[in-house]
Amino acid sequence: MTALKKVFLKGNEAIALAAINAGCHYYFGYPITPQNEIPEYMAKHLPEVGGEFLQAESEIASINMMLGAAATGVRVMTSSSGPGISLMQEGFSYIAGNELPGVVVNMSRQGPGLGGINATQGDYFQAVKGGGHGDYHLIVLAPHTGQELYDLTIKAFELSEKYRCLTMLLGDAVLGQIKEPINPWKPEISAGDPDREWLITGAKGRQPRLIKSLFLADGEMEKHNWRLQEKYQQLAANDVMVETCFIEDAHLVLTAFGSMARIAKTAIDQAREEGMKVGLIRPISLYPFPTATFKNLPESVSRVLTCEMNTGQMVEDVRLSIDNSLPVDFYGRPGGSVPTPEEIFDRLQQAYAEVE
Amino acid sequence: MKQVVKRPTSLTDKPFHFCPGCHHGIVHRLVAEALDFFNLREKTIGVASVGCSVFLYDYFAVDVIEAPHGRASAVATGTKRVLKDQIVFTYQGDGDLAAIGTAEIIHAANRGENITVIFVNNSIYGMTGGQMAPTTMLGQSSTTTPYGRDYHRDGYPIKMTEMLAALEGPSLVARVAVDKPANVKKARKIIRQAFQMQVEDKGFSFVEVLSACPTNWGMTPQKATKRVSDEMIPYFPLGVLKQKDVVDVL
Ligand SMILES: Cc1ncc(C[n+]2csc(CCOP(=O)(O)OP(=O)(O)O)c2C)c(N)n1
Ligand code: SF4
Repeated sequence: MTALKKVFLKGNEAIALAAINAGCHYYFGYPITPQNEIPEYMAKHLPEVGGEFLQAESEIASINMMLGAAATGVRVMTSSSGPGISLMQEGFSYIAGNELPGVVVNMSRQGPGLGGINATQGDYFQAVKGGGHGDYHLIVLAPHTGQELYDLTIKAFELSEKYRCLTMLLGDAVLGQIKEPINPWKPEISAGDPDREWLITGAKGRQPRLIKSLFLADGEMEKHNWRLQEKYQQLAANDVMVETCFIEDAHLVLTAFGSMARIAKTAIDQAREEGMKVGLIRPISLYPFPTATFKNLPESVSRVLTCEMNTGQMVEDVRLSIDNSLPVDFYGRPGGSVPTPEEIFDRLQQAYAEVE
Repeated sequence: MKQVVKRPTSLTDKPFHFCPGCHHGIVHRLVAEALDFFNLREKTIGVASVGCSVFLYDYFAVDVIEAPHGRASAVATGTKRVLKDQIVFTYQGDGDLAAIGTAEIIHAANRGENITVIFVNNSIYGMTGGQMAPTTMLGQSSTTTPYGRDYHRDGYPIKMTEMLAALEGPSLVARVAVDKPANVKKARKIIRQAFQMQVEDKGFSFVEVLSACPTNWGMTPQKATKRVSDEMIPYFPLGVLKQKDVVDVL
């Protein structure tokens, strides 16, 4: 790893810079607010590194261009928001079936429908439950600061190659637009073994290869699906990412991801200053979900409060993780108005009063 | 005995699964002959579409990526943008290219993407059992136009070749048929030319091949082939509609 000069960038630009520094030289995308700085940055800077930016005619085309490029083994990225991500679902499913790597950014916005361009976390289900047709998952990472947008973009490429699994960076308008100092760095890029036996490069001196997701022969599809599941299990065993604060002696645990977690941290700090025994669990990988962290909460914890900018989508995963052994409260703001730390603190205080 | 023809080396030995009298087999052969002619077998990537031709990966001895329904030209774009020295072609039916994939083909053509597109127009959905295609002829019955295609309800059979020829981007746009030996010879020449365009980095080439689907037309192979000559060619005229020799866009 090489450290680079500190920069002051918008979240979206930090992602684009990280992708280029991670060796991603191909980007296909279609404009949509609030992530346009990503394609714009790529259009400007990819030619400088001999890479290629292409503005596709739609998100459907973008994701399929990505599919075609990913099959050759290069690092490739696309990005979009809500409505565009919906259009890409077909491609996600094919990429999952084809077992190809790739990184997709969802700077999500309010929905359903055309919705609004402000921050929400309403795409949680769509991201972590598959979204498209068939039994598959994406790896889903949820950064909460500019620096983390940078770091997790690089991580996204690494994980996606390790598992040959599409990786989504799930952010929102706040994270995309926030401008912060970033410490960029360049990873050691293990350029990927050029002899990877699945690469499509033209059958020079070898047997022809095939990338497909059609399995008609008896039992073949079932085998393929079990293999994908095995991969997801390995992922859950080895690559869960989670941050915890003050949970060791907590009576109440708040859980939140992405920008909501960032706001919640301020509320938690205030609560601790006032002597409340509260802690925070911040899932960083939303898929695989940090189930074990919830399952193995200290005895002192008797209640969980889930805070999200939606109507409570992550609550389901939290409940499943603790197997309904504790009550789970919810505080949500699904409409695009970002809650203040005070609002979260008030809700925290209320839940805490019920615990004590 | 002197051998006058042999199986192209760009084809595997596997026997085709196509129905008797289906033209897909002939088109496969013509594409393979073109690949052989330029010695491209080891540097070609095929993009398979959805339809009766999806199994082309069993027949072509080249690397193949299977694309979602209609998206072949977008997949091919992604591949070719990375592997500029390889030859990338798509092989798509009329349902694939002219229905779901209309946007993808128009924009790949308009960008002058340096790929070759083989478009097999049999005026019906073959694989799914004979439903109406965008290219189904007026009055033609199919399982979803049991009383015949009616333009008030279903619109007119779409002329993709004419549409694409109207764009600035493409370098070669042509329509051929394989209904008669003379037409097969012309088709062979134009398909070869389509690959030559790509070999010479001259941009987007597109060949529509009128072909028969005896099974879903409910006809004998002979009658089906005659239908191509008598009904399809008058509406879908053959020929090279556009050819750019000097390519300024690449
Ligand atoms: C998104 C989607 N919709 C529908 C289908 C079903 N489908 C499979 S093949 C096909 C029609 C293909 O027709 P055409 O492209 O004309 O090829 P042919 O079978 O005639 O060779 C359809 C509709 C599909 N696979 N995917
Ligand atoms: S259904 Fe039609 S297009 Fe498909 S193989 Fe049979 S004849 Fe050919």
